[in-house]
Amino acid sequence: MNIPVTERIVHDGTPDSTELLAQTWSDPPGLIGWLSAVNHKAIGRRFIITTLGFFGAGGVLAALMRMQLMRPENDLIGMDLYNQLFSLHGTTMMFLFAVPVMQAVAIYLLPLMLGARSVAFPRMNAFAYWIFLFGGLMIYIAFLFNTGPDAGWFAYAPLTESEYSPGKRIDFWAQMITFTEVSALLEAIVIITTIFKLRAPGMRLNRMPLYVWAMLVTSFMILFAMPSVMLASTGLITDRLVNTHFYRPGDGGDPVLWQHLFWFFGHPEVYLIFIPGLGFLSAIIETFSRRPIFGYPAMVLALIATAFLGFGLWVHHMFAVNLPDLGKTFFTAASLLIAIPTATQIFCWIATLWKGRLNLRTPLLFVLAFFFILLMGGLTGLMLASVSLDLQVHDTYFVVAHLHYVLIGGAVFPLFGAIYYWFPKFTGRLMDERLGKWNFWLFFIGFNVAFFPMHILGLYGMPRRIYTYPEDMGWSAMNFTSTLGAVTIAVSMLLFVFNAIRSYRSGAMAENNPWSGGTLEWATDSPPSPHNFDVVPVVHGRYPLWEEQAKPEHVTGLAANHREQLITSVIDASPDHRSSFPEPSIWPFLSAIAVSILFIGSIYTPWAVVWASIPVAIALTAWFWPRKKETQHDLALEKSP
Amino acid sequence: MTRKEKDLLDVSQLPSFAFGHRSPMWWGTMGMIAIEGTVFVLCIMSYFYLYSHSPSWPMTTPAPELLWGTLNTLILLASAIPNQLTKKAAERMDLAKVRLWLVVCMTFSIGFLLVRIFEFGALNVRWDTDAYGSVVWMLLGLHTAHLVTDALDSLVLTVLMFTGPLEGRRFVDVSENSMYWYFVVGSWLIIYAVIYWGPRF
Repeated sequence: MNIPVTERIVHDGTPDSTELLAQTWSDPPGLIGWLSAVNHKAIGRRFIITTLGFFGAGGVLAALMRMQLMRPENDLIGMDLYNQLFSLHGTTMMFLFAVPVMQAVAIYLLPLMLGARSVAFPRMNAFAYWIFLFGGLMIYIAFLFNTGPDAGWFAYAPLTESEYSPGKRIDFWAQMITFTEVSALLEAIVIITTIFKLRAPGMRLNRMPLYVWAMLVTSFMILFAMPSVMLASTGLITDRLVNTHFYRPGDGGDPVLWQHLFWFFGHPEVYLIFIPGLGFLSAIIETFSRRPIFGYPAMVLALIATAFLGFGLWVHHMFAVNLPDLGKTFFTAASLLIAIPTATQIFCWIATLWKGRLNLRTPLLFVLAFFFILLMGGLTGLMLASVSLDLQVHDTYFVVAHLHYVLIGGAVFPLFGAIYYWFPKFTGRLMDERLGKWNFWLFFIGFNVAFFPMHILGLYGMPRRIYTYPEDMGWSAMNFTSTLGAVTIAVSMLLFVFNAIRSYRSGAMAENNPWSGGTLEWATDSPPSPHNFDVVPVVHGRYPLWEEQAKPEHVTGLAANHREQLITSVIDASPDHRSSFPEPSIWPFLSAIAVSILFIGSIYTPWAVVWASIPVAIALTAWFWPRKKETQHDLALEKSP
Repeated sequence: MTRKEKDLLDVSQLPSFAFGHRSPMWWGTMGMIAIEGTVFVLCIMSYFYLYSHSPSWPMTTPAPELLWGTLNTLILLASAIPNQLTKKAAERMDLAKVRLWLVVCMTFSIGFLLVRIFEFGALNVRWDTDAYGSVVWMLLGLHTAHLVTDALDSLVLTVLMFTGPLEGRRFVDVSENSMYWYFVVGSWLIIYAVIYWGPRF
């Protein structure tokens, strides 16, 4: 069917008209079409799969480390490879999995939850995905050529300076930071603008699902946290390549500057990972306790308070540095204070569960595990917030245990719950419940078996990042136990992959709303059509699907033959204008290639920044430059303000 | 009103674009400004961090000469006038005036890019001399990257305004480009104060 372009065909709800709408919002076929895709579901799906792929790769690295530490004086893996393993494991999990997977899920889900047909800036969204993919592949390819990072995921200077780390390993690490942070920052802009301007009419800010609030808060944190690590790693790479002196003691530089810049990003990073997890929890708890969340305003305020406090904690990673004691006291207080908003949310969830009628399915199991694991991680966090205790266990396995309890409990368990929860929306099929329960219990038990002994190992003085240990330290039994736990986790992950693939192929068919959820994503097809909603809904409450339909029911007057998206006002989501959204384009992909050449080239010569910026400028201009045909479409629909 | 009309929310009469914070483009630009502003702030923090840890500042070299930096400050401040006129003309959708003032802006950008070259020469320090030199070059380099991208953005828009294809939304792009220009000028005032007056106090 040829789509007529010079006239405006208003979608009228007939099957023909809906067919036209679907065609309008589809990505083109073929390889070029695939590389030109801008539909948020296509990009979101690729992004989720890519980040889960990196999660798997990071998991394999962890498994190798556990094999090495299984018994004392093991010679399975040498010192040098072990350094690369733990550095790349941390780097992968933090930069290539935990933050991006949260953004990836949001890119898929947000428009569906908000009643929109797209994310804002769909081409920039595609660009952010490609640049992320190329950055992640780069560091893994470097690793395969024995050029993996080997100075830990926070790459402290002066160890990372060229005197102590010659070769290209650290340079690849620093540029990986640039790739992933560019991607995350652009996605933050996409997410903020989508939430502020693309909501369905009537979805006032105080009617947004809590998951949306969580992603909004997270994205604002990204805007102010991630620039710090980009600046830090740029300073590091110029120290290494053009002989600047930012972190070099001797010529006025200061390694502690690196620590400040890194942790000014690094601590908020924890909350960038954790807050989306809280959003998953709220969504799952509401649906599976079959009632609205208890204390919505308190929940929103707690998220915002967490974001603010999250920026006042970074020095608690630096208690072992020679800093003024009064300053450290401030950071201790702030570290203790942040427990308050977290506790507020936990009590609200407990109240919701308490008063609800629980539907004990796999997603809820993962949520309940959160309460147990995060509580443990939170309590060791309170211990580490105290300077004297922190110094005692600094750089030991106690810290390793703490951070895994916080991050896996706070983010990975909720993420798995979220995947089980939204899988039917993504694919149109439910994941298998029995395999899901096996997956859950093996993961839960394996996790505790793997990480609980590390608390004790840390208290016994086992330092982190050592590739082996002598037999008479008395650490052998607990390390062996920990490895058994790791194997159990690996089995549970394989079960998960098996379940996902099998369910995708032949799982039970899902209806539009298999869990009887209350938010808008459950109002549309599973999987959603290219345009998400046949008619854009009008929202009258927090849980449109649980409430009686009020008038007006939905929007009319949007074109079917043109990518028209309704733009609404920030606070009240009242209709403001109809924006014409961009068509698919290969240029975001080509721009990402050009930018990758610049970033990777600059590892070898600073001049790459000059010559490689020419293709970048050309690609970006071609991306922006309006096409005659598209302009004609737009002119046909244009109405000046 | 018939029942049918009451059931539906008709948006067909809404405009197809809007200026200022009503436009998603404004939010995108603001997001970029927030990110880049944070980079500047952190770089300035690093400057003062190193300053506070050094017995003398500049460490070993004389302070930068004031001439070129001050001249560029004046040029950047003056460029706010054609920039504002461009923005206003874009919001009135007055193509002739948009073309005129964009071209004036472009001449200003040639001016400040040229003077910037002399600024680097007048810093009296190399990036590899000491940590002071590194952070000063970083600050000036970061701001120069903004000057270059802003000049390129404006150039592409200027050419587009003459060649087309044009539609109403492109005036929103011009208006947002002017917003970004203000950011580049405004951030310079602070960076100028740090680079040129920081070592004199």
